[in-house]
Amino acid sequence: MDNLFEYSFVVRSLLGAFFASITAGLAGTYIVSRRLVFLSGGITHASFGGIGLGYYLGINPVVGAALFGLGSALGMEYMSARGKMREDSAIGILWALGMAVGIIFIYLTPGYAPNLMSYLFGSILTVTNGDLIALGIISVVLIVYTSLFYRTLLYISFDEHYARTFTRHVDLFKYISVGLTGLVIVLNIRMAGVIMILALLTIPANIIMLFTRQYLRIIILSTVVSFLSISTGFAISWFTNLPTGATIVTVLVFFWLVARIVRSLKRSSKIEKMKK
Amino acid sequence: MSVLFTIDNVTAGYEEKVVLRDITMAVEENDFIGIIGPNGGGKTTLLRVILGLLKPLSGRVDFTPGDLTLNQIGYMPQVAQGDILFPVTVEDVVLSGMMHGMGATGRMGRKEKKHARKVMDELGLTPLAHQALNELSGGQLQRVYLARAVSGSPRLLLLDEPATFVDSSFEADFYDKLRLLNSRMTIMMVSHDIGTISTWVKSFACVNGSLFYHPHSKITDEDLRLYGCPIQLVTHGDVPHIVLHKHS
Repeated sequence: MDNLFEYSFVVRSLLGAFFASITAGLAGTYIVSRRLVFLSGGITHASFGGIGLGYYLGINPVVGAALFGLGSALGMEYMSARGKMREDSAIGILWALGMAVGIIFIYLTPGYAPNLMSYLFGSILTVTNGDLIALGIISVVLIVYTSLFYRTLLYISFDEHYARTFTRHVDLFKYISVGLTGLVIVLNIRMAGVIMILALLTIPANIIMLFTRQYLRIIILSTVVSFLSISTGFAISWFTNLPTGATIVTVLVFFWLVARIVRSLKRSSKIEKMKK
Repeated sequence: MSVLFTIDNVTAGYEEKVVLRDITMAVEENDFIGIIGPNGGGKTTLLRVILGLLKPLSGRVDFTPGDLTLNQIGYMPQVAQGDILFPVTVEDVVLSGMMHGMGATGRMGRKEKKHARKVMDELGLTPLAHQALNELSGGQLQRVYLARAVSGSPRLLLLDEPATFVDSSFEADFYDKLRLLNSRMTIMMVSHDIGTISTWVKSFACVNGSLFYHPHSKITDEDLRLYGCPIQLVTHGDVPHIVLHKHS
């Protein structure tokens, strides 16, 4: 059997997985605890429209995705803050529109049609140096941002009405946080794809929240869970020839199921102890 | 007694709906004011104006008489606002009461944690310090929010319907804690239940568009009618009893 690490693209993929895990750990904890999973689904799929536009205009699809992703993230935060529209409806509309626009632009693009599947589940095996640099930068930005403003971010997320009594910048922080979330999604999209990003942002934080309610611990441990899941899925797909992205997502869900079972076993043994 | 701050001819409201009209009041240091009045009468709006969260349409809140600052105000909003499934511990929530004046990069070091521990001790929360909010009972949750409001050692404490989600067996204990706190801070408490709070507060303010201040804790039906304060009066005598009657 081939040795995985003989190939430089494997090392590169793992480095990509490492950065994806950091961004997913930080952004995912924010998204899950603030109940923004549906919103990030909307951003993710809206970005897909940007990818289509990028292809059509002949520019880097990531630039198109960045425009759409960032625009939709800030736009939705603005609309929900103003209370002008039902937030979930706005997200649903944007979600459908993003996918539709993406498909139309790709259809209209003459010549080579990109593989759409690669944007659903990503192509972690072909991660480029550019991807790695971009992911490295956003990882550092997120780490600095979160550690510098940790308490403020925590308390705005928990109870923004109260937070307004001690800081005048609640809205600014909300926009920056959602904007960074949009960027995380966009920069991961080539490597991880629309579906895997959603899984990475949602599942690890949910797994850890079954066991702890300490925000910082959730960030750190969900980063670890992300990396473990990606590596495990990567290895399984390597030896079985299954599609990598889909395998990783399945591994994540499997880990989540195991975690739920472990948690309920723990609970029932606790109750047994209390009975005695 | 000296004046802590004054509310001078304040008119306030939201998007073309005026809720408070030309309110004037001087709040004295170490008073314990029960703010009563009908729903939609502007009780919460009044607190928001004092907190600087809502700019008055005209008039102003003047902090100069008692050298009060916004950072010296503790606030306990209606309990329903925080998301109790959010991953924070009791200690985290209590610490958030000390963010005032710290700036956006506020750090919680050993000194702050020690002070938070003291506040939690006083309110009987220490054994719960590392618990998540969804593991607490209504009474415990209420004390957590009170701890958050007072952990910054405020000079003025604003409470908005603090007893909404608590059954009455906890109430006496809670008001007892407030009375203790009142020895070192001025308290303004919104409540719909005059009967219960009349045992604890020192004075009343009735807010119903306009404001009437009543400098004693004994308020009668007559007073309420005079103030145009259409709320049901529940009185406590030596034998607790409830008097129900129609306003006509």
